Amino acid sequence: MVNKRIDGPTGTETVGHEWDGIEELDTPMPRWWLWTLYLTIVWGIVYVILYPAWPLVDKATEGMLGWSSRGELAKEMSVVDQGRVTMREELSRIPIERLPENSKMFTQAVAGGRSAFQVHCSQCHGSGAAGSQTLGYPNLNDDDWLWGGDIKAIEYTLINGIRAPGVEKTRASIMPPFDGVFEPVQLEALVNHVLSLSGRGSRNALGAQTFQDNCSVCHGTGGEGKRELGAPRLNDAIWLYGSSREQLRNQILKPKMGRMPHWGDRLDPVTIKMLSAYVWSLGGGEEFVEVAADSAVKVDAEP
Amino acid sequence: MPNRDPSRASSAPPRREGENNDPTIVVEGGLAKTNEPVSSAVAEPEATTRRHEPHEPPRQHLPAKLFEKRTKVHNKRVDGPFRRFKWFVMFVTLAIYYGTPWIRWDRGPYAPDQAVLIDLANRRFYMFGIEIWPHEFYYVAGLLIMAALGLFLVTSAVGRAWCGYACPQTVWTDLFQHVDRFVDGDRNARIKLDAAPLGPKKLGKRAFKYTIYLIIAFWTGGAWIMYFADAPTLVRDFWAGEAAPAAYITVAILTLTTFTLGGFMREQVCIYMCPWPRIQTAMMDEKSLLVTYKDWRGEPRGSVKKAKSEPEKFGDCIDCLQCVAVCPTGIDIREGPQVGCITCALCIDACDKVMAEIGRPRGLIDYATLDDCKKEANGEATRPPWKALLRPRTVAYFLIWGSIGFAMLFALGVRSHVGLSVTPDRNPPYILMSDGSVRNSYTLKLRNMESRPRDMEIALQGLPDAVMWIDTTGRDGAARKQIKTVPADQVLAVRAYVIAPPGTDTDDFSFRLTSRDEQKESVETKARFDTPKVGE
Repeated sequence: MVNKRIDGPTGTETVGHEWDGIEELDTPMPRWWLWTLYLTIVWGIVYVILYPAWPLVDKATEGMLGWSSRGELAKEMSVVDQGRVTMREELSRIPIERLPENSKMFTQAVAGGRSAFQVHCSQCHGSGAAGSQTLGYPNLNDDDWLWGGDIKAIEYTLINGIRAPGVEKTRASIMPPFDGVFEPVQLEALVNHVLSLSGRGSRNALGAQTFQDNCSVCHGTGGEGKRELGAPRLNDAIWLYGSSREQLRNQILKPKMGRMPHWGDRLDPVTIKMLSAYVWSLGGGEEFVEVAADSAVKVDAEP
Repeated sequence: MPNRDPSRASSAPPRREGENNDPTIVVEGGLAKTNEPVSSAVAEPEATTRRHEPHEPPRQHLPAKLFEKRTKVHNKRVDGPFRRFKWFVMFVTLAIYYGTPWIRWDRGPYAPDQAVLIDLANRRFYMFGIEIWPHEFYYVAGLLIMAALGLFLVTSAVGRAWCGYACPQTVWTDLFQHVDRFVDGDRNARIKLDAAPLGPKKLGKRAFKYTIYLIIAFWTGGAWIMYFADAPTLVRDFWAGEAAPAAYITVAILTLTTFTLGGFMREQVCIYMCPWPRIQTAMMDEKSLLVTYKDWRGEPRGSVKKAKSEPEKFGDCIDCLQCVAVCPTGIDIREGPQVGCITCALCIDACDKVMAEIGRPRGLIDYATLDDCKKEANGEATRPPWKALLRPRTVAYFLIWGSIGFAMLFALGVRSHVGLSVTPDRNPPYILMSDGSVRNSYTLKLRNMESRPRDMEIALQGLPDAVMWIDTTGRDGAARKQIKTVPADQVLAVRAYVIAPPGTDTDDFSFRLTSRDEQKESVETKARFDTPKVGE
């Protein structure tokens, strides 16, 4: 302030301070730097006018271009949807039972089904579709199907659900509770007989007789199950509610019966088709048989 | 800059303190020291050594300007063996750069037929018979290591030969300087034209020159993108406006950089921007060849006439400044080795020509090592320059460089062209089937690195009772082996289901992938079979 002077060698003014003989030059900013600063100011003003900038109470100023990140997202999503339109259209035209033959569409459907499964189905069936034995959600990877494992039967189940209240075509059946029907000896004999169907318990006449009288109508004389009724196979290794004697006893006396929501109202037909393809592709899917012997498939053929 | 006399500082006898009137020389402890640059090849080695001893530099007034303004280099035309070599290197390097993408290489119907192609979209790098996949990127790293070692080798042997002949900045600067000469004439004509006021003639010449600059720059930028796509197709797409935006942006950027770096910045890139001269300084030693002015022979300078009248008073240098006139970076080599010298050796050509004209022996400026300079200055016998190339350091560099190259070629030659990776399903780890058997699911990735579709056999190794099926066969086709056709040059993801009878223990096994052709290439990948029963 006081000792400002022009420095000889550089020709620049000093700032006027001096520390032990050291002086500081008041070198002006480089011109390109200064112009960049001005340019950023102009840029800032233009930006504030064109784009959302000042935060207000519930939203920000809108800007003349009307741009918003939400709008941008919506635009991008619609572009993605546009890209999917042809695939979805083609998928909607293919009959579900013909889908596995068309490997390109089938791959697309499985990929789409996988993501839809994570959103809608994984809550019960698990992200790997392995289900849960303790909670009674079936494993969809195996080859044991309660209501049918061909792709069309799977689609029917998805649309109409299982024991879904208020749905006319839902898959429904009831296992009657046998609480108080059997003598303890008779119950033990029955449990033994059921276990013997898959080669584990001891065969006995009383159990066989009891099974024949009470269970074989739905589960079949050999425990082979009946899909049109959703009656599980009893002569295989897979037990939805557990295979211990205790668990079998409970299931006979106070049976648990699984429920599944009907998705026909909630998801569009193409998504359901993709979900069916995904579940069918998990490794246990069965071939669709055009002319089926049992009535269950006839019911399936209706929708 | 005034010509300094290197002999003055070095050969000055120790003076008594107080006697010193020359501000550039400090006398401390009876020894004269200087901060002035001194040629490293001076006659008295002690003087050069002492100049690095710690001492207080003389107080001096700073120059009025700390910034040195660039003086435009107008290098004169010269001819000679080094110039001809430079022409040769220039043609070869430019031909390689512009021409390589147009070389075709037949790889069959499933792979591109361009000899050198960096296919970013499909993640492949083709170089003649070699095809590199992303997982083999270490080959590219090896190539870069070889490039670095090659530079070390060249630098330790012949100094900055890379800078002088083969560096793109040098080659393009040279090219643009030839354009200058073609449009505006040689050195004197260009200096005159620069000083002339802007009239229609100058404007016309400038417009013509910059147009040629732009064409070269555009061609350079255009050639670059040819390495990243099929060249003929890309040229067609480029002019039809159908090429990718990245192509246009790249060409625009490279046109701009070539135009400015080659047309205007030139030697400033080497002196101020490039880190390589600094790194090289650390790599050279007293046995590296560099372009040297032999000051013990040349100094003191004097014209031919003066030397004739007093032959013993003057050296060989007649101060004709031809070495300065031809220098593409505008330095005076007689000041000694310096960062601005790219060792292009054009000053050798110029000086040799002058020496021949005045009947003095050639090589006043010549390639020499510092060791040889000292010997020669002391009158000892020296070795021919090429012998300086053979010494342990260069041999070691060469051996390392060569062995990396051979190791890579060997590895490329014996590498397998099939690959298999196995990802087991972790959720669920195993599935109990209704008959009590256990199923595990895996995602196999079959890699076919040949440019033709190949039938490959996937086989189970271990798990004697297990069978498997893949997504296309279904469970009915379950067997110990499955066959899958993998498309050319692709990785195919296959779902594999392995099923083992009840009672199988958790066990390790492996998948073996074998190509069903005459090569019978085979690869085995370990996997684990999970069951509810854990084996002992």
